[in-house]
Amino acid sequence: MNSLTWLPFLPLLGTLIPLISARYSRTACAFLTAALPALTLFLILSHAGDIFQGELFQSAIPWIPAIGLELAFRLDGLALLFSILILGIGLLVILYARYYLSAKDSIGKFYAYLILFMFAMLGVVLSDNLIQLWFFWELTSISSFLLISFWGHKTEARKGARMALTVTGAGGLALLAGLLILGNTVGSFSLQDILDSGAFIKASSNYPVIVVLILLGAFTKSAQFPFHFWLPNAMAAPTPVSAYLHSATMVKAGIFLMARFYPALADTDLWFLIVSLTGLATFLMGAYIALFQHDLKGLLANSTISHLGLITLLLGMGTDLAAVAAIFHIINHAIFKASLFMAAGIIDHESGSRDMRQLNGLWKYMPYTATLAMVASASMAGVPLMNGFLSKEMFFTETLHQASLGSLSWFIPVLATLGGVFAVAYSMRFIHDVFFNGEPINLPKTPHEPPRYMRVPVEILVALCLLVGIFPGFMVGDLLFAAASATLNAQAPSYSLAIWHGFNFPLLMSVIALIGGLLMYHNRSHLFKFQAQFPKNDPKLAFEGVIQSLTVKAQRFISITENGSLQRYIFFALGLAVVMTASSLMKLNATAGQRPEIPVDAMSITAAVLLCISALATVLWHRRRIIALITLSVVGLIVSLAFAKFSAPDLALTQLSVEVVTVILLILALFFLPQKTPKESSPRRVVRDLSLAAFIGGVIGTICYALMTRPLDTISTFFTENSKTGGGGTNIVNVILVDFRGFDTLGEITVLGIAALGIYKLISRMRLYMPSSDGDGRPWSEDRYPIMLSVISQSLLPLALLVSAYIFLRGHNMPGGGFIAGLITSVAIIQQYVAHGVQWIKTRVKLDYQIMIGSGIGIATLSGLGSWAFGYTFLSSWFDYFYLPVIGKFELASAMMFDLGVFLTVVGATMLILANLGQLTTSERPVQKEHD
Amino acid sequence: MEGMYAFCVGLLTACGIFLTLRGRSFSVVIGLTLLSYAVNLFLFASGRLKLNAAAVLGQSEQYSDPLPQALVLTAIVIGFAMTAFVVILAMRARADLGNDHVDGVLPDQEGESSHKSGGNN
Repeated sequence: MNSLTWLPFLPLLGTLIPLISARYSRTACAFLTAALPALTLFLILSHAGDIFQGELFQSAIPWIPAIGLELAFRLDGLALLFSILILGIGLLVILYARYYLSAKDSIGKFYAYLILFMFAMLGVVLSDNLIQLWFFWELTSISSFLLISFWGHKTEARKGARMALTVTGAGGLALLAGLLILGNTVGSFSLQDILDSGAFIKASSNYPVIVVLILLGAFTKSAQFPFHFWLPNAMAAPTPVSAYLHSATMVKAGIFLMARFYPALADTDLWFLIVSLTGLATFLMGAYIALFQHDLKGLLANSTISHLGLITLLLGMGTDLAAVAAIFHIINHAIFKASLFMAAGIIDHESGSRDMRQLNGLWKYMPYTATLAMVASASMAGVPLMNGFLSKEMFFTETLHQASLGSLSWFIPVLATLGGVFAVAYSMRFIHDVFFNGEPINLPKTPHEPPRYMRVPVEILVALCLLVGIFPGFMVGDLLFAAASATLNAQAPSYSLAIWHGFNFPLLMSVIALIGGLLMYHNRSHLFKFQAQFPKNDPKLAFEGVIQSLTVKAQRFISITENGSLQRYIFFALGLAVVMTASSLMKLNATAGQRPEIPVDAMSITAAVLLCISALATVLWHRRRIIALITLSVVGLIVSLAFAKFSAPDLALTQLSVEVVTVILLILALFFLPQKTPKESSPRRVVRDLSLAAFIGGVIGTICYALMTRPLDTISTFFTENSKTGGGGTNIVNVILVDFRGFDTLGEITVLGIAALGIYKLISRMRLYMPSSDGDGRPWSEDRYPIMLSVISQSLLPLALLVSAYIFLRGHNMPGGGFIAGLITSVAIIQQYVAHGVQWIKTRVKLDYQIMIGSGIGIATLSGLGSWAFGYTFLSSWFDYFYLPVIGKFELASAMMFDLGVFLTVVGATMLILANLGQLTTSERPVQKEHD
Repeated sequence: MEGMYAFCVGLLTACGIFLTLRGRSFSVVIGLTLLSYAVNLFLFASGRLKLNAAAVLGQSEQYSDPLPQALVLTAIVIGFAMTAFVVILAMRARADLGNDHVDGVLPDQEGESSHKSGGNN
């Protein structure tokens, strides 16, 4: 079935609709929003018939099969049941929210979040891949965070949302770990493979870890004890959200997870112990706490926790019939609890309060709503003829058949009955306290019936309560059977959905629960007094406390490791780097390799000694900045000589010209920086840094030596062989730059351009510190530009440009090229700046260096694109030989165009940096008059 | 020759790193420049040292490895761009923060500066 692939994404598309349509009218927005979920529901229902016949629909699009990533969906009975709940109740909630939200609330945003959540939920239940399931699982956490915090101006909404996200998010991480271990154990992340290898998984040694981690995910999501506390706090959400997320869908995701992995993980002692005991504890605790809530939604939230515990308990029991009962109760609980939340929302909306101490006797004001709420409450209590009665009866039956606790097994039915007593009592409280019990006290509004259509969703759900309760087989028989079979991954056992099973134990338990509950409610004042003796403990405060202390600890840790000292960071980073390098270097047997060394000559020794002295002098005098700069430039000079000596003329030329530009730049920069460096390194730090530097230097030197004395297996033979025939040039280095690896060069000149533009922005509007004298207090010289330099440099300019043109043109065949020519041109222009000043140049030459950079990169890119026009790949070069009289035979290559781009970018970038910097020194220099 | 070359590379690295670890931005810039010399020489040496063997067809009997040369050529130019950027950044930091310390604030007066400075610092 191909439609299954895109079907879950229909709602995702739908998130845009409310955002767009919200500006028209609320009703239009609601109906348009409902369109896509309704369509999805229709399409899913169209497969229902086949699924009831036992068919399974699957679709998968592989993504990275090697690590089990795919987009895979499956539609079986369980997925069908949950899809119907998600989409069906979702549609009702959309209608309900249209009336619930006030005009101030942004309905478009609300619907968008809601539909996003719907999409996430649908993804969870339809996923056929573990990783994908987890992805959607997390998406439900995030979208529910957005929904709970919808009224973000309220503190409790923000806190509640954060708590829900923290708890369910942490559970989600545990789930991820569990799923990864599960997938690796089985060797597949496909859900079908997992379900089919249940026996293998249970026999695996990883089984306990898998179960605990996956259950952590399920329990946090489904608010099981001891993670239940987030759910009552999430009640700060708008009531439609509570009705949707916190009764029908999201909290059921944990239940769904347990049902989904039931064939793979359940039916062991470990599973029974954890799941059923957790469920039992949650069931009792939720029911007990619910009774003492004064907030209407608080009561419903705790009752939800209790019912989730009930379902968990059923899933833990390990019998097939218990699983059927669990599925049945999922349906029933979703129906009656959603309607109760909506009813609570109506009461809140029309009376302005949710406090049951104020809400009394509403029967007079809203009899119709009261009737609906009473029917739903009766279902919650498990009164016969309601759907809640049927599944509760099945639950009681199953507790009686439970023997896993040995001779203590009778505890389970007794405790189940006790939970039933509480359930009746709190349901009674919902009915009696709110609709009867005297007159309302201090309500902000006079209560009245809600708008007609706000009641419709409640009516539908309450009608379902009754219909399922009276005609269970007709209403949900097929669906239940299909879902139960999918849960068990086998044919579901035979069971009877009849209302009347004769006089038996379960019926007795129901009767005891009903009578006991009524008695308990009647004597509630004693219980309330008793409960008041307990110190109040607010889970919200405890949670906030934990979060705060975590934050404090984290900050303390950070302040230790990250104290803001850059020197320290660099030290540790370098230290780590050298340790990692050195450790692998120790595996090398000998430092020197087999390759014969070149004999040393006197010239080289002299240069090397000079280099070492200059480098050491730079370090020694680094606090006297101008001297350090001079010694540094000596080092650079010798480096370029070294390149020349060892057969790299291109490098020597480049290094030489870059050297000039760098030194000029640094001298200019020195003007704006303090003239001296204070002594501030402690001797300990000096020793520490020196040792690290020496160690790294030693390691690098060793690597360099080991590398050079070993034979070379080069890949450059290809370049040497194809340089002339393929690239049309004899200077292999240049051909590599503009042809073989032209793409790299294009990237590089782009970086150069970006750096220059970044510098341009940094320079503009800089607040400047400029000294009016040198370090020793002597004011700057007032001399104009020296005339000799001006004259000579002016006459040198054409010559320099000619040289750079020559270097550029010959670059393809002889040492030279765009980079070097660009640098030489820059040096020539800078010389003019130095000799004449910025203003002098500005009035004579109009050069826009930004445009130069742009056109350089543009030309280089275009020359690359040009090869597309002839059907070659990007940056393929073309060349041919031509003959002109006088000049003779010459070569034209498209690489030349590319090199022109390089040239322009280099000139533009260099000049943009230097000219702008230089301009600052001249135009804004403070002048100090010399005192006579 | 190789040993001497390697020694120079090691020394340049050590000098560069020591200066990079200093607290004032100009020292760091100088250190980075020294370090980039070392890196360029190191990369270049991965093509092995050869005398009189420029990678130009028809100019010599054998050719030195052109690939490291091409790499280093671009590295030199990028290195210039980086140095320029860092030095201007240092200027800007000094202009905006009022000092040229790499942390943006001067070290605690009672802390580092009260100690006597070491020999070559």
